[in-house]
Amino acid sequence: MKRIALIGMPNAGKSTLFNRMSGASAKVANWPGVTVDLLSSKLLLAGEMVELVDLPGIYDLHGFSDDEQVVRHFLANNTVDLVLIMANASQIDRQLSLTLQLKSLDMPAVLLLNMADEAKKMGISIDAEKLSAELGYPTLLLSAKYGQGYAEAYKTIESSLQHSRARPAQSLEQDFAVDQAMETELDSIVKHSVDFPVQVGNSTTEKIDRVALHPVLGLPLFFGFMFFMFQAVYTIGGPLQEATAWLFETFRDIALVPLLSALPPLLNGFLIGGVYDGIATVASFVPIIIVFFLFMAIVEDSGYLSRAAFLMDALMSRMGLDGRSFVMLLMGFGCNVPALMGTRTMRSRGLRLLTMLVIPFSLCSARLQVFVFMTTALFSPQHAPIVLFSLYMMTFVIVILTALLFKGRFNSQEPFALELPPYRLPTTRQMILRGWHEIGHFLKRATKFITIGVVMVWILTNMPFGVEPASAASWSGIIGEFMSPILSPAGINPELTIALIFGFVAKEIVIGALAVIYGLEGSALMTGIAQQIDWVQAYSFMLFTLIYTPCLSTIATLRAEAKSGWFTTISLVWPLTLAWVISTGFYQAARFLGY
Amino acid sequence: MKTVHCLADMNIGETATIQAIHVDTGFQYRLNGLGLRIGKTFEVIRHAPFNGPFHLRVGNTELMLRRQDAKMIEVLM
Repeated sequence: MKRIALIGMPNAGKSTLFNRMSGASAKVANWPGVTVDLLSSKLLLAGEMVELVDLPGIYDLHGFSDDEQVVRHFLANNTVDLVLIMANASQIDRQLSLTLQLKSLDMPAVLLLNMADEAKKMGISIDAEKLSAELGYPTLLLSAKYGQGYAEAYKTIESSLQHSRARPAQSLEQDFAVDQAMETELDSIVKHSVDFPVQVGNSTTEKIDRVALHPVLGLPLFFGFMFFMFQAVYTIGGPLQEATAWLFETFRDIALVPLLSALPPLLNGFLIGGVYDGIATVASFVPIIIVFFLFMAIVEDSGYLSRAAFLMDALMSRMGLDGRSFVMLLMGFGCNVPALMGTRTMRSRGLRLLTMLVIPFSLCSARLQVFVFMTTALFSPQHAPIVLFSLYMMTFVIVILTALLFKGRFNSQEPFALELPPYRLPTTRQMILRGWHEIGHFLKRATKFITIGVVMVWILTNMPFGVEPASAASWSGIIGEFMSPILSPAGINPELTIALIFGFVAKEIVIGALAVIYGLEGSALMTGIAQQIDWVQAYSFMLFTLIYTPCLSTIATLRAEAKSGWFTTISLVWPLTLAWVISTGFYQAARFLGY
Repeated sequence: MKTVHCLADMNIGETATIQAIHVDTGFQYRLNGLGLRIGKTFEVIRHAPFNGPFHLRVGNTELMLRRQDAKMIEVLM
């Protein structure tokens, strides 16, 4: 099968193109010589199946970061029939360097100049034919985001693929002989085929930056914006969650209960009180997660995250981190796993490990479900969003504390430069795709962890045979009692303890586990929990949940990325210790003050 | 008459041409990729608070650069 590799600089719109070309069929796969997983997809081009591989975004083929090495190793160890080079049309004056590097390797390629609409608006005119003639590569203008120029691009890719001579797997090193001449060549090509207006720049972006990057207002605006966002997620997502929970409850009461009433009580209890209640409770939070990720999609695509890096870099550098670490923390609010992978652009091991040590404290969307559940159950609608925001702020407090304590151990002198791309808005299509992707992600986790988790919890709370579910005589009761000397100083009761133990696997299981333990679902579960614990215990439990241990996937990723057993151990032991100290400290202090 | 300065000493709104870059090879590749090459002209748009990074514009690319790393770049202005 022929193979196409997709290469481009960060922010060139490579993944948008990949998503468009591959549809939803992308798969993660291993490649010879490459230690990380890459996305690839099979698609039909000119009547034959072709494999499209998405390589990480890089600035330079020579670079020393993990991402750059991945691309180099891929090209050195795999035969490539065609390279699709994606470049931002409005930044062609610098992005063409990657094309010239590939050309010096005799790589068969097609150059796609993306964001042609944006470039045109800025008054940049590109003579694609002239450029094509000078480069010796077919060159096309397109807009991956709005889907313009695709038909043309497909035709060119198909014919290039038919006529191209594959570059077999071979080392790149000796191919990098000539490099200095490249700069001169680049300037001359750009001069001949691109017409820049005298005054370049994006006036909208400039105007927004004047406010967003204001020396005094910038940071308060950023945190204010975050508060507004989480408030919005709560206000929009909350009623959706309630509605979904109600649907699941109704379905259970009018369909499931009568349908399964003939089954023996134990099996009936297992199916309804275990599997169904557990999964339904978790699933009712999916709408909140979708709303959350829609907001995240806007923020991620907008270019605001790199502004956050700009604003925070000075503070982060005092903690031994940098602006990228801060962006990864924010990404971690979605899911810690991709945030950990995002540290691949860092070259210094110390900086990378320190960033990976703090990312798991980032309040991810799975933990958000637990907190939305707990705050709704225990706090008034006015207070709940503020409590939630306080937990987000807690993320930063823990990160600062951890980084300051460990920065001596993970030393770094890595220099740091980052692009500040123009502000952009995602299209509706991109947002829908994101929402869809999150549903898929949930279903995958649901089948893998959540079902097994709630089944195990059910077994623990209902075994040995004949015990009162979740009573002191049940297995879960025994475990809870056993852990009680450790966790009761933090106000965490045996029921919550079981939920925490399973939360180790995935935070989604926590509320599913509570549903099974308490034998209740939806609003009844919230009322039931509110009767058993007070807000001090709930907050202590949430602090513990936030800090203790990220999910199993995060630990696996951490291990794979760090390739170090002792680092993985530290990132397990330290959060666990800290969670206990902070929860206990909070609980005891609150009780001491009479709450 | 143009003279050699350090990028870190530049004020907001000033324009200069890059004369020399004294950083490790890996970072030099990164800077080149972002458009900061010898001979290129750029503008300082702003500084971040608390002695934070520089906000620069080279051609049609905007980027941030740490003050500490800006000390390693000689410019002509």
